[in-house]
Amino acid sequence: MKKQNWRKILLFGVFVLFISGNVFANEGVEIDSGATAWMLTSTALVLLMIPGLAMFYGGLVRTKNVLGTMMHSFAAMGVMTVMWIAVGYSMCFGSNVFGGWFGWNSDYVFLSGIDTSIMEGGVPEYVFSMFQGKFAIITPALIAGAFAERVNFKGYMVFIVLWGLLVYNPLCHWVWASDGFLFNLGANGAIDFAGGTVVHISAGISGLVAAIYLGARRGYPKTAIEPNNLVMTMIGGGLLWVGWFGFNAGSSVSSGLSTAQALTATQAAAAAGALSWMIIEGIHQGKATALGFVSGVLAGLVAVTPAAGVVQPLGAMTLGVLASGVCYLFIILKNKLKYDDSLDAFGVHGIGGIVGAIFLTFFIRKSWMEQASALVDGGWTVMQQLGVQITAVMIAIVYAGVITFILVLVINKTIGLRSSDSSEMAGLDNSYHGERGYGMLNAN
Amino acid sequence: MKLITAIIRETQLDAVREALIEADITRITVSRVSGHGQQQSVEIYRGQKVVPNLIPKTKLEIAVNDPFVDITVNTIIKAARSSSDVMGDGTVGDGKIFITALEECIRIRTNERGGAAI
Repeated sequence: MKKQNWRKILLFGVFVLFISGNVFANEGVEIDSGATAWMLTSTALVLLMIPGLAMFYGGLVRTKNVLGTMMHSFAAMGVMTVMWIAVGYSMCFGSNVFGGWFGWNSDYVFLSGIDTSIMEGGVPEYVFSMFQGKFAIITPALIAGAFAERVNFKGYMVFIVLWGLLVYNPLCHWVWASDGFLFNLGANGAIDFAGGTVVHISAGISGLVAAIYLGARRGYPKTAIEPNNLVMTMIGGGLLWVGWFGFNAGSSVSSGLSTAQALTATQAAAAAGALSWMIIEGIHQGKATALGFVSGVLAGLVAVTPAAGVVQPLGAMTLGVLASGVCYLFIILKNKLKYDDSLDAFGVHGIGGIVGAIFLTFFIRKSWMEQASALVDGGWTVMQQLGVQITAVMIAIVYAGVITFILVLVINKTIGLRSSDSSEMAGLDNSYHGERGYGMLNAN
Repeated sequence: MKLITAIIRETQLDAVREALIEADITRITVSRVSGHGQQQSVEIYRGQKVVPNLIPKTKLEIAVNDPFVDITVNTIIKAARSSSDVMGDGTVGDGKIFITALEECIRIRTNERGGAAI
């Protein structure tokens, strides 16, 4: 009986695939080779951020967990890509279903209907789909920083698959799909240029919820838990900075003025963030640490992510400074509150994202505000846009937080997400992968 | 005074350290070493099971005054047995403990000598 049901489902799946094949053939639009070339480059740059993140996180954990932690990012490249091609693109960029909870378009399932499709800007839809797919990979990988060094690999894999389906895809649809409700909030939508709410706030909050639910690592905060390789963390941080140009400047999905604006804002915010973290730490602790510098780079980059399309360089630098200051204070607060957000996924991505998404309102360039005002016939004020931004941020926080809590609870009770004491003590590398990261340091 | 040298599995290091700290033995030196023993360790390398010729281990060195030898040794044995959380019967490769007489011990900061310096 059960077997027959499965067969029916399979047959239905094949049928859906068959009828959805090749309906779109967009012959009217010419390919813009300049825009396409930049989008291809951006796609590669965003992908580069994921090994970058693996190195950044991998260097921050203890030796026994280095591979397990890097695998959190690498495994996401595998599983999230497959999920994205299968249903992710459809759920994010299809038309509203279930009252706009997420999107759906059967042409997008396995990307089967976009083989020859070219988008309005002259970019093949495959490129846009792959570019967006990289965001769906990095977001769950970011969460892993919050519960590093203490999760079961199998449970983690199940968690990111379900998180992608139930949190990332709906949020992405709300914010970036043309019929998403946050895309259409207010005069000209909630501003989230490259993923402040979709990527950083959602990952940060989810990380916080998971870290608190799963509990602290063994020995935290009494025993010092120190980075095994800060050199690798610095290289990873550098790759993230470079890759971020694809992340932000690529989000214009064109190759022109708005790309240049986003690129400049990105560099300005990263530099200002790094510099201010260094100064704050220098005054507070007496020394400017390397880890502090890269944390400042990340805080600045995260804060400018939602804003890159609408702020000018001075505004971007202010956001970078603000984000570094607030994130720095928040990490101090975390140490007082004693919850274990291992690699500060919430402290940097969550907080930086919230700072960026809210405070960008005060630095929006005039032409954007004029355009928004024209759309609603008359005045659209900064305060009204602020309301829209805060609404979008609150929705992302509540939605991602609640769904993550349910997922973590269910997965932990069924498959198990928190490592057992003995696996945690032996290390993720040995317990889940049967390998060691730095074997070459031994004479074998 | 005795010098206790224990060769244990890398994976048991945290368990042993926690147990030693619990037993109030906090002054230890740890190093990564490789060697041959009875154990045939198997690792997975690109989907193939391979037997490395030298097996990585962790070496602990603990200098103690005579009354602390037994408790130190017993704590290590209890925590370093690979299946200590289940049966406590251990498997090949759990390691060895060597005890040697310690002639002298000097604290560099104060020039104290003997048992007081440990």
